[in-house]
Amino acid sequence: MFIKQLSVFLENKEGRLDEVLKILSSGGIDILSVSLADTSEYGVLRMIAKEPDRARTLLKDAGFTARIDEVIAVVVPDAVGSLQKVIYKLHEADINISYIYGLSIDGKGAPIAIRASEPERAAEILKRENVKTLTTEDLDNL
Amino acid sequence: MIWNEAKECMSRDEIESLQSARLVKVVNKVYHNVEYYRKKMQAAGVEPGDIRGVEDIDKLPFTTYEDLNATYPFGLAAVPRSELVRVHASSGTTGKPKIGVYTRRDIDIWAECVARCLSMAGITRDDIIQIGYGYGLFTGGLGAHYGAEYLGALVIPMSTGNTKKLIDMMIDCEATAIACTPSYLLHVAEDLERDGLINKIKLKTAICGAEPWTDEMRDQMESRLHIKAYDIYGLTEICGPGVACDCEYHKGLHIWEDNFLPEIIDPATLQHLPHGSSGELVITNLTKEGMPLIRYRTKDLTSLKYDKCDCGRTMARIQRFVGRSDDMLIIRGVNVFPSQVEAALLTVEGTTPHYMMIVDRIGNDDTLEVQVEVAENIFTDEVKSLEKLSLEVHNRLKTAIGLNAKVKLVEPNGLEHFDGKSKHVIDRRKLYA
Repeated sequence: MFIKQLSVFLENKEGRLDEVLKILSSGGIDILSVSLADTSEYGVLRMIAKEPDRARTLLKDAGFTARIDEVIAVVVPDAVGSLQKVIYKLHEADINISYIYGLSIDGKGAPIAIRASEPERAAEILKRENVKTLTTEDLDNL
Repeated sequence: MIWNEAKECMSRDEIESLQSARLVKVVNKVYHNVEYYRKKMQAAGVEPGDIRGVEDIDKLPFTTYEDLNATYPFGLAAVPRSELVRVHASSGTTGKPKIGVYTRRDIDIWAECVARCLSMAGITRDDIIQIGYGYGLFTGGLGAHYGAEYLGALVIPMSTGNTKKLIDMMIDCEATAIACTPSYLLHVAEDLERDGLINKIKLKTAICGAEPWTDEMRDQMESRLHIKAYDIYGLTEICGPGVACDCEYHKGLHIWEDNFLPEIIDPATLQHLPHGSSGELVITNLTKEGMPLIRYRTKDLTSLKYDKCDCGRTMARIQRFVGRSDDMLIIRGVNVFPSQVEAALLTVEGTTPHYMMIVDRIGNDDTLEVQVEVAENIFTDEVKSLEKLSLEVHNRLKTAIGLNAKVKLVEPNGLEHFDGKSKHVIDRRKLYA
């Protein structure tokens, strides 16, 4: 249910994103999905990648601030209203969602990553609701 | 006009003999009334009897911010508490503020010093003067106020923070003079121009201080506002504004040598330097009762000229300030030390001592940007947490230094390359040009 997410702090300066991607590609890191949260002065680049810990070390060695967090990966069925159903279950349990983004992974349904205020409880609720989720192994096997 | 010709135009011999008599008196006074000074002098192996005149000044130990911090608040007071009537303070490097305490006579002498300065700028009892310095612990507001009242001018105590009202009253009351920081006056000029009010004002004179400024700024003020602008110098520890001021010849700031004994030292070797040398300005209070400072290191770098000025005054002239021997910055007239910023950052959990202060002047306003490195221990994947951190840093800085700084979060390796006067400061203003 949980997958590892790599986040990197980026100043809004020309070429910083390119620099991060260059480091990862030359290190042979396979990036599965990206999402960039931007403010006027900086951004937080969030990625789902294979070998996230090694990816973090590569970035750290190059002077970037990077961290690993666990996010919930669920597969939302291809049907109208199904995303809302997932979100509603969390809302009903008073769990806040910091952010959410789509994972570009082929297959049936629409995979998304969710950062919730109480990850463990959120995961339990979703399990109870039989929401299809993804694990690190699922990603490794892609 | 010369306010006190008997003093301001004394011959060099007369000045030195007056200074010598007053130096002997003040040294005796602090030796007997201030334990801290007595111990300092004893440690330096000097007794009051060794000081027979100004030629013995270099036998005395210096006084620095560290001494003020160690004796805060009243440890250097040389009179009983009941004789003190006022406290002023400005920010210190770390620790405690720099404090000054005054007797009633100190306030009078200070007021006369300011009156001499105003008079030097051509201001008289017929003038209407707006005081645009902050009133409070800062010496600017009350110092200029008392001086202007002493002179007999009509004083409008504007204080700071409301430019619109200042302009309204400048026009309505037909103010002829203003005392404020030079950058603020240029800001006022901009607003007057924007609103087409330049020909509505009756301003003739500005007396500007609390921060260093350049001839270019004077040219701007004078041509845009059709006024004459004068530079006034002072520091809280010595008394406040009015220690020195420039006359219509703009050949340096006349320092009131009957009250303040100036000297120049080499900030590295601490040697007293002969007349005409460049170095750090050191001042001894000759007449202050409340808290006279002996050989106080101002950290301002300059030189002194002793020849008679075309204006008729003989009082030595402080030449252009070329910088500071410490890392103090003056931003919007507020004294700021990088160490204060560092201390404030350390109160925010997780922030590293890796920071950079970028000081600039945009238009006529000083700006301060504080760049804080986002190290691993403060980085999160959630933008709201980072924004909260920025806000907290901003608020802590506001409390510590009294300025609204722009806080910018930066990548950790971004702060390695620097130039400027300290590794934590880039000052893009050209104040000492």
